[in-house]
Amino acid sequence: MLGLDRKDFTLVLIIALVALLAPFLLNFWPTESGMAQFNAGYPALMQRFAIYGIFAIGFNILFGLTGYLSFGHAAFLGVGSYSAVWMFKLLSMNVLPGIFLAIIVSGLFALVIGYVSLRRSGIYFSILTLAFAQMSFNLAYSVLTPLTNGETGLQTTLNDPRILGASRTAEGGIPVPSLFGLEMNATSIWKIGGWEFQFNVGYYFAAALMVLTFYLSIRLFRSPFGLMLRAIKTNQTRMSYTGLSSRPYTLAAFVISGMYAGLAGALLACMDPLAGAERMQWTASGEVVIMSILGGAGTLLGPILGAGVIKYLENIFSKINEGVLHGWFDFLPEVVKEPLVWLFARFTGEGWSLTLGLIFMIVVIFLPGGLMEGARRIGDLFRKRGKPSDDDKEHHPKPAAHVAE
Amino acid sequence: MTRGNLTRRGLLRTGAVVTGAGLALPTIFTSRASAFTNDPTGDTVTLGFNVPQTGPYADEGADELRAFQLAVEHLNGEGDGGMLNTFSSKALQGNGIRGKKVAYVTGDTQTKSDAARASAQSMIQKDGAIMISGGSSSGVAVAVQGLCQEAGVIFMAGLTHSNDTTGKDKKANGFRHFFNAYMSGAALAPVLAKNYGTDRRAYHLTADYTWGWTQQESIQAATEALGWTTVNNVLTPLAETDFSAYITPVLQSGADVLVLNHYGGNMVNSLTQAVQFGLRDKVVNGKNFEIVVPLYSELMAKGAGDNIKGIFGSTNWSWTLQDEGTKAFVKSFGTKYGFPPSNAAQTCYAQTLLYADAVERAGSFAPCDVGAALEGFEFDGLGNGPTLYRAADHQCFKDVLVMKGKEDPANEFDNLELVEVTPRAQVEYAPDHPMFAGGELGACNNGA
Repeated sequence: MLGLDRKDFTLVLIIALVALLAPFLLNFWPTESGMAQFNAGYPALMQRFAIYGIFAIGFNILFGLTGYLSFGHAAFLGVGSYSAVWMFKLLSMNVLPGIFLAIIVSGLFALVIGYVSLRRSGIYFSILTLAFAQMSFNLAYSVLTPLTNGETGLQTTLNDPRILGASRTAEGGIPVPSLFGLEMNATSIWKIGGWEFQFNVGYYFAAALMVLTFYLSIRLFRSPFGLMLRAIKTNQTRMSYTGLSSRPYTLAAFVISGMYAGLAGALLACMDPLAGAERMQWTASGEVVIMSILGGAGTLLGPILGAGVIKYLENIFSKINEGVLHGWFDFLPEVVKEPLVWLFARFTGEGWSLTLGLIFMIVVIFLPGGLMEGARRIGDLFRKRGKPSDDDKEHHPKPAAHVAE
Repeated sequence: MTRGNLTRRGLLRTGAVVTGAGLALPTIFTSRASAFTNDPTGDTVTLGFNVPQTGPYADEGADELRAFQLAVEHLNGEGDGGMLNTFSSKALQGNGIRGKKVAYVTGDTQTKSDAARASAQSMIQKDGAIMISGGSSSGVAVAVQGLCQEAGVIFMAGLTHSNDTTGKDKKANGFRHFFNAYMSGAALAPVLAKNYGTDRRAYHLTADYTWGWTQQESIQAATEALGWTTVNNVLTPLAETDFSAYITPVLQSGADVLVLNHYGGNMVNSLTQAVQFGLRDKVVNGKNFEIVVPLYSELMAKGAGDNIKGIFGSTNWSWTLQDEGTKAFVKSFGTKYGFPPSNAAQTCYAQTLLYADAVERAGSFAPCDVGAALEGFEFDGLGNGPTLYRAADHQCFKDVLVMKGKEDPANEFDNLELVEVTPRAQVEYAPDHPMFAGGELGACNNGA
């Protein structure tokens, strides 16, 4: 189906199904219960799952296939956001022109940066991309303020021209990004029992694009072009000795992955029309690297999984403050409660990144292939013992590839 | 490897299915029934406190959070009531807001617009917050204010000093109690002229971002109006920690005053280094060389230690004031936490009370009703003297304090002394003042 074999098609189908049912799947607990704070099924977070999923899928095309570790991918995310917001300001609040421009601009941007950076490989490539991204960040933060609105971030205002749309709505507010009138922040709520399910237009739009980009990435993984990229990862020197110039391939991969990032950036702006410079900071670039490695670099599903885990920790764990912890352990005597709260408080609330760090270390040390390797190992337990799962080689092009290699 | 190719027909078919599903889904279910976002239907009402818990302003954020918690206690009738007893409006009964117990959620802005908006979104969409407050950076405040406008909840700005918050980025759903850069300039300039004379040459070091620029613009305009000349304005990167390269040229420039338009860690570093370079011992143009820090905070003063002695700056409020409101607030804050509140804490506490009071007076939680109750509201007893919430730009107008680093601090919290209370009339400006022009409140938004 659609140029995929049955296995891959099932994978796309599962992703699509999960995306479709996410509002149910992510709302594990009833709204009024004490566990409700673990629910992730609210529009803003679901949108982030989908958008950062796209970002990670794109990053994986470069890092997972060619092994080139870009430490500056957030620059393309930021450029995409700025382009989209400028379209909202100048043209109309329809999301399509914004997304279109974002992909084009970030692609061009990636072409320039990639052309320079790809002259080197390994650590030098990483440092070059990092330098470019930091440069972009600093430009956006202060030098290019007329274009980016500096630290405050670029926002839509009532006085924007919006040639094809309205500067302001009939009620006198700023119009909301929409897809031909379908507003991105429109949400339908379905209350059943104690549960409350939110169905958000923006989320489904982002999710549809994520499924589409996932499909494209599978096609790319399975194509001769993808094979060539994998050859570059395996042994670039040998490739050049056979007389093959690898640079056009790596550059193409770099540009494609930059365009994915641009799309993700544009979607961020569509869901919430603001583009801030910190979106380009090195921490944001590092985040996507961690997403890919955590989930499993070079696998198809891994990066999406990694993006989900990180965004969940960032948005849910960071909300568990000491007050909430006190509520949890209230039944315990004071002597036990205080140390316990103190201990948990290190790992939740503002300490969420510590939890992330621990998970990351555990994964890198014990599951070099990321969470996908964990899933595979569990899968193996249920299959015949001793028989390695060799039916799915392409998910693990290099079974024990350590991230540091 | 691939089997078959991507066909046009196949692509069209999938595309149609996906778009169809996207279009059809939201219409299957009923939309929100209430008239405005997060209408509190139960017996509690949830407020969202969005402060920096990590990053450069984490200390300020922690102090803001303490003030919010105190305000919630007082609203629910716990504790000694604090400024509720001195507040000129008596609509609040200490039984929550409109009889509903006040609950709150907190979030971490990380001093990043994106993170702050994500956190505010989750408060609104997941926790059902009806009002968002907090922020320790103007960039974040402006970003969150925009989000609240769009979502249809009230934003009560915390610590944000840039002119833009109630200037070109003002929003109908956003309200600011804190003072701004223009007011700092207007209050500080006469004191500077009185102490340092009207014939001074100023050299500015300015943090290179929105707040720094508006601060520099304001203080330059205010001092030049009194006869000072501006020798130079040098922009410093926000992440800079070593200012020595910026300080060396100051003495060669012929300037006799250094204005540090820095905040937080920037200010602590630049001031400390300027003092270490011996700038304050120099005599230029026959006058003693002076340093000015337009925006002070207690936490920065603590960080800079002895270096702030004798240096002028402005604040929104100080715990050393002797009015009834201040005394009541400092007492309940001190009893609970063991040290006096900062001016960030006071503005957050006052904002929470003002919001609750506006809801009571409006008789409704609907943002437009609350906004209307706040617009043009005159009050007293919250520590700043008689105050007006101006309807035209949602900025509070009140007295501004000019402070000086204390020469002989009695304890670690007693590092600033009051020089002058600048009366409200002196810091007022027209809503369409050039430094604030270009924005528009727009219509208030009830959301949903």
